Amino acid sequence: MKQEYKENLRRFQSVFGLLFFIIVISLLSDRFLTGSNIFNVLRQTSVNAIIAAGMTFVILTGGIDLSVGSTFAFSGAIGAYLIGSGQPFMVAVVGALTIGLLIGMANGFIIAHWHLQPFIVTLATMTIFRGATLVFTDGKPIGTGFEGSAALFAKIGGGYTFGIPNPILIMIVLFGLAYYILKHMSMGRYIYATGGNQEATKLSGVSIKKVKVFAYGISGLFAAISGMIITSRLSSAQPTAGTGYELDAIAAVVLGGTSLAGGVGSILGTVIGALIIGILNNALNLLDVSSYYQQLAKGLVILIAVLLDRKEK
Amino acid sequence: MNNPILKMENISKTFPGVKALDGVHLNVYEGRVMALLGENGAGKSTLMKILSGVYERSEGDVSYMGQPVNFKNVKDSQDVGIAIIHQELNLVDELSIAENIFLGREPKKRLGAIDRKKMVADAKDLLESLNIEEDPNKSMKKLSIGRKQMVEIAKALSLDAKLIIMDEPTDALTDKETESLFTVIRTLIDQGKSIVYISHRLKEIFEICDDVTILRDGRFVAEKQVFDIDENTLIEMMVGRKLEEQYPYMMDNQGELLLEVEGLGNDHVHDIDFKLYAGEIVGVSGLMGAGRTELAKTLYGTYPIKRGVMKLVGNRILPKSEAAVIKAGLTYVSEDRKKDGLVLSMSVKENISLSAMNRITRHHVIRKNEELGLIRDFIRQLSIKTPTEAQKVKNLSGGNQQKVSIAKSLMTRPKVLVLDEPTRGVDVGAKKEIYDLMNQFKKGGMGIIMISSEIPELLGMCDRILVMHEGTIQGELTRTEATQENIMRYAVGLEGGKS
Repeated sequence: MKQEYKENLRRFQSVFGLLFFIIVISLLSDRFLTGSNIFNVLRQTSVNAIIAAGMTFVILTGGIDLSVGSTFAFSGAIGAYLIGSGQPFMVAVVGALTIGLLIGMANGFIIAHWHLQPFIVTLATMTIFRGATLVFTDGKPIGTGFEGSAALFAKIGGGYTFGIPNPILIMIVLFGLAYYILKHMSMGRYIYATGGNQEATKLSGVSIKKVKVFAYGISGLFAAISGMIITSRLSSAQPTAGTGYELDAIAAVVLGGTSLAGGVGSILGTVIGALIIGILNNALNLLDVSSYYQQLAKGLVILIAVLLDRKEK
Repeated sequence: MNNPILKMENISKTFPGVKALDGVHLNVYEGRVMALLGENGAGKSTLMKILSGVYERSEGDVSYMGQPVNFKNVKDSQDVGIAIIHQELNLVDELSIAENIFLGREPKKRLGAIDRKKMVADAKDLLESLNIEEDPNKSMKKLSIGRKQMVEIAKALSLDAKLIIMDEPTDALTDKETESLFTVIRTLIDQGKSIVYISHRLKEIFEICDDVTILRDGRFVAEKQVFDIDENTLIEMMVGRKLEEQYPYMMDNQGELLLEVEGLGNDHVHDIDFKLYAGEIVGVSGLMGAGRTELAKTLYGTYPIKRGVMKLVGNRILPKSEAAVIKAGLTYVSEDRKKDGLVLSMSVKENISLSAMNRITRHHVIRKNEELGLIRDFIRQLSIKTPTEAQKVKNLSGGNQQKVSIAKSLMTRPKVLVLDEPTRGVDVGAKKEIYDLMNQFKKGGMGIIMISSEIPELLGMCDRILVMHEGTIQGELTRTEATQENIMRYAVGLEGGKS
């Protein structure tokens, strides 16, 4: 009984944290709880939240994906280039997303096939694809132009559907998809099992390689989708885009209660984690806190959240 | 008998909603080994945690060397000379033996640097007092589990322990290591130390203990001297009822040929030939390292086959992965359920389904109602004691965890079931239930391979016994031929073989 109660409390701890946060900030700033600002926060959050959703798959298997920021930039550059060179909308988007998916799957394959540390492998691919982005763009932004398919492409990040910004809708759809895979599909079960006890999962007849290729593939794909949103909003791809995004994504996942050791956590937690980070950024902007202090505050919040969430002795 | 060095009287411990201990007594006498015996959940660990100061008692009195005591934490109990050797050893693999013994209490020189010379010399003295020959400079990771345990005991002695509690010390030890542990225990007794010895293994209690205290369901059952009591009485006191037959053997009704193996070999085993029929239990015996688990993992596809032929129900199969073998109808229940068998962080339900998700999914989507129905059937059929199917497996007792492992295998609808040490770390009552289940499967036409290091269990349950020695089958004995002695003769290579 008591144990169950405690587990429920833990589960809702981050929700309480988020609500508390929202209340405090709305008391401090009357601009916070306005319709336009809510959309603003959600739109800004969507970029990190989508990457974090993919990252959740990887962390649940007990791994980590440091390459998402570079994947984000590289697939963004490919997308911008294809649109800019007059390719149809679908070709550019599918092309760019496929690149992201393949980078992720390659991460998973290398890690599983040669039994390597995810930290090192994705550190290497992070560096490789940052380099590839710089080579491909020659260190300069690539514009999508404004003709032909570029107008449609600009709608991904800048358009509205039913009055809601598209990035928010994309985020909701992807989280729904992630939730469905993790809760209702056998692959989701295998992802939790791999993180919980890889050896036992393998001996149960589950292919660990498939599980990891899938998890890292999702992470790469989601990073590429996020890259599309930003490229579309700016109508150009920046060679240094997404630098450090892997850390924000990991922070969101961990704030959401997912264990870095794997096997325990949820996608709903990641939503909350990403919102906490997004709202914090927004609040510090509204309160005119200098960007130097913003970093400081963000780090402290993460530290406090992890301390509150630590396992009881 | 002299007065007890430790006297725990009428100890009760209440957790919210549960009375874990109810009026328990424990006396430990100077220079004697007291066995603390009981099934899982009987309250042994709770009692030891109260003694060492991890928990506070709700009621009762503790006196140690004639003085009433009340330990608030582990340091309090350590300070007066009570040490616990846990199942999971508290040692640092990267450090040397001496560094481990004196970790946090290193002898210092005047300027604060560690006095290595003194540390190594002191460690050497401690090891010698236990008659252990080992270089104190040796790195911990080079030691076997048995040796590491000795270091833990030496560490306890360095803290000037007078009363040493050993929690299931032989669980991970080989027979030889167990012997040397017993030698050390006798040395400690000669030095006037007292020991509380917690174990499931009755044989060990008769071999090494002087007194025994039996607990059941958090209550005190009896304190006896070991020479006053026999094995059956002990078991009855532990489980609280009469045990009819310890091994419920059932005559075989041999059916069709299920598994045929010829000349099977790889890096782990070689020249394996045997047959398994439906409706029989074939035992696999052998010493530690003879290749029993390796044989199981070879059949299961974990270790690839390099030579030979394996036929399952007449079809030749080349096991490339566990999944392929499961599909062909053979499945394996690992000897190490925590490491290789179960995902402890997942629920009973999720563990049971893991090997056979195809049974409950359509287009990779889980059909939750179908799953729940199947899982509940298994929980009922195997009488797994769990509040709900959503309970995390790590919260179950050893016996129930083992049943979850078995249920997981059954879910794949196997024809051949390979059970590796199915009763290890399982208490007496649950052992019987597992034997009954095996008979039930046997009756249902399954072929069972049972690997065990407990020969009496094999003699009691199997129709035939294969004895392994150095990676191959040294001999095969029928139920009527097999005895403890001739199994050992094959196991050590005195008889049989193919030369």
